[in-house]
Amino acid sequence: MFRQTLVALRALVILTVVLGIGYPLAVTAIGQVALPDQANGQLLRVDGQVVGSAIIGQSFTDADGTPLPEWFQSRPSAAGSGYDAGASSGSNYGPHNADLLAAIADRRAAIEALDGTSDIPADALTASASGLDPHISPEYTRLQVPRVAQARGLDEAVVSRLVESFVQGRDLGYLGEPTVNVLELNIALAKLG
Amino acid sequence: MLLFLAQLATLVVALVLLYRPLGNYMAAVYTGTKDLKVERGFYRLIGVNSAAEQSWPAYLRSVLAFSAVGILVVYALQRVQQVLPYSLGLPPTSEPLAFNTAISFVTNTNWQSYSPDVTLGYTVQAVGLAVQNFVSAAVGIAVAVALMRGLSYRLSGTIGNFWVDLTRGTLRILLPFSVVAAVVLIAGGVIQNVNGFQEITTLAGNPGVIPGGPVASQEAIKLLGTNGGGFYNANSAHPFENPTPWTSLVEVFLMLAIPFALPRTFGRIVGDNRQGTAIAATMGVLYLVSVSLMTWAELSGGGNAMEGKEVRFGIIGSTIFGTTSTITSTGAVNSMHDSYTALGGGMALVNMMLGEVAPGGVGAGIYGILIVAILAVFIAGLMVGRTPEYLGKKIGAREIKLASLYILTTPTLVLVGTALSFAIPAVREDVTGTSIWNPGLHGFSEVLYAFTSAANNNGSAFAGITANTPWFNTALGVAMLLGRFLPIVFVLALAGSFAAQDKIPATPGTLPTHRPQFVGLLLGVIVIVSALTYFPVLALGPLAEGLQ
Repeated sequence: MFRQTLVALRALVILTVVLGIGYPLAVTAIGQVALPDQANGQLLRVDGQVVGSAIIGQSFTDADGTPLPEWFQSRPSAAGSGYDAGASSGSNYGPHNADLLAAIADRRAAIEALDGTSDIPADALTASASGLDPHISPEYTRLQVPRVAQARGLDEAVVSRLVESFVQGRDLGYLGEPTVNVLELNIALAKLG
Repeated sequence: MLLFLAQLATLVVALVLLYRPLGNYMAAVYTGTKDLKVERGFYRLIGVNSAAEQSWPAYLRSVLAFSAVGILVVYALQRVQQVLPYSLGLPPTSEPLAFNTAISFVTNTNWQSYSPDVTLGYTVQAVGLAVQNFVSAAVGIAVAVALMRGLSYRLSGTIGNFWVDLTRGTLRILLPFSVVAAVVLIAGGVIQNVNGFQEITTLAGNPGVIPGGPVASQEAIKLLGTNGGGFYNANSAHPFENPTPWTSLVEVFLMLAIPFALPRTFGRIVGDNRQGTAIAATMGVLYLVSVSLMTWAELSGGGNAMEGKEVRFGIIGSTIFGTTSTITSTGAVNSMHDSYTALGGGMALVNMMLGEVAPGGVGAGIYGILIVAILAVFIAGLMVGRTPEYLGKKIGAREIKLASLYILTTPTLVLVGTALSFAIPAVREDVTGTSIWNPGLHGFSEVLYAFTSAANNNGSAFAGITANTPWFNTALGVAMLLGRFLPIVFVLALAGSFAAQDKIPATPGTLPTHRPQFVGLLLGVIVIVSALTYFPVLALGPLAEGLQ
């Protein structure tokens, strides 16, 4: 047994060098040379400043968490105090948990007050798995168009056209669901004025 | 419906196309007599004669020694994290957590009592955990191959050389495929850097961070080796681990690739490909029924079914991933199973309770289903009053005892662990007061899920549970350890006893084990054994919740 343990120790040390150091470094080198944008998280810049990653969601609220009407809003988030990319997490509420049902009712009331409609899609009322979902459904995006246009003093048709140009269909036509990337849409929106 | 079928069809076609070449390749890797040059150097350095095969006790001692050293190293790395480079200023983990995590990754479970985002730096993840992601997977395949050899050898005192199996599995299968998979994932948007946390100001003017990390390299082996431990807390739901619907399907494919090709390897090694096809067919039927049931449950989930799911994956992309992950013993998630409907979450539990055989984890899945096949042959033998045999090997008293012990191990761990969590007053107070997140029946399911996951070496969680407590870290640690290594002891003992036998020629009275009839028998035994074992406890949790 002692001899086997020595063999095991030597084997693990060598394998650690190969698999724990060599392998990740090699993959990092390939990624940084061949696919640097993806390997670094598809950072988006406005006026030279990084404002986020194209695939990490963020909130468009004031410091107290109140939605800013001039931005398209992301989904509810359970990551930290909301969209904390240092603490990814879902709510983990069970389907019958009273706290979840209460949260959904509150969110419904808030969106009704903000957008003046009661026909609200599920993604607007529920927190995502990661808490960092970069997307909302096309339905939830369209629902926000009148409010955003009004807050920015823009023509609704103009904002609507912009939204439609950001609707992303299913991958290869059948994988996943149609989405709108909120941060990318809002960056384009800001350029409209 | 059409979307679901199209995605399943894509997977089925890809796996069927892969079945022969990958299965044959793996058989060649493990039966070849030539060492690569780099392997010869490695054997010299560690002091192993690659031409010498081991008896089953010697093979077992090597498995245990290698795993014990692995546990000590992962434990030590966590406890000195503060002095390691790229640790992002994080402190060492506590003793119970380090114990739990070390066992978790060495046993191919990857249960995570901690939240990686705020607990582990890059060095512990890459040098400690990702290394075990490779080698624990290689150990699983090695043990499976040893059993296959046992079934094909005649009058032999040996079942192969563990160090050779470990080395070849790692260097010729897992490492090259992981490199390719990692690059594909980077192309899809999985990150690979050592940037740490980058502070930013968001578009709306709030402070924010962008995390970094060598994610793609770890993601690839996490799925290919059916490990499942996430680089981030949100696991494969995190956009940096799984950015798009197509990367999600690639990740599903990676989990299924090796476990579904190993039956072909089995067929090649025992010299009858039809035997492998029958096993693969059994796995395939169970998988397709299971994924359909979970998808149906979630699609009927109503307005809050999107809680804990990502918009880009939708419900179907979530259930295909969730089924695959729980039925391959991977345990990764791209949606939060705790928020699933009672029956959808119940299916995740059932997938693990089947014993991780459809197709199960790398190696563990095929040796698990071969044990049930032995039981099935035995039951059929009882019905017609003949001495049962499998592939020309007699199933005598010793063999059936070992197979029974194998089958009893995980249910015992699951049921005893869950029961103790509520039976010991002090523990119950801690479990209900601190650990359980959702009230009522769902909270019971969280505890049941934790022990089912640990004992079956899956690693999936109803993640609302707070498992970073002395009770869960210890009890789940013990469940993972015994759930991994007791079955390995029984499998290797079986391999030894089969290898020592001669092959008896088939007669007209021999039960053929390659026909649809046997697939039906095997399916029946898998489902009935699991149902008889777990129905009462399922009735207390997800079934009762679903009927509310």
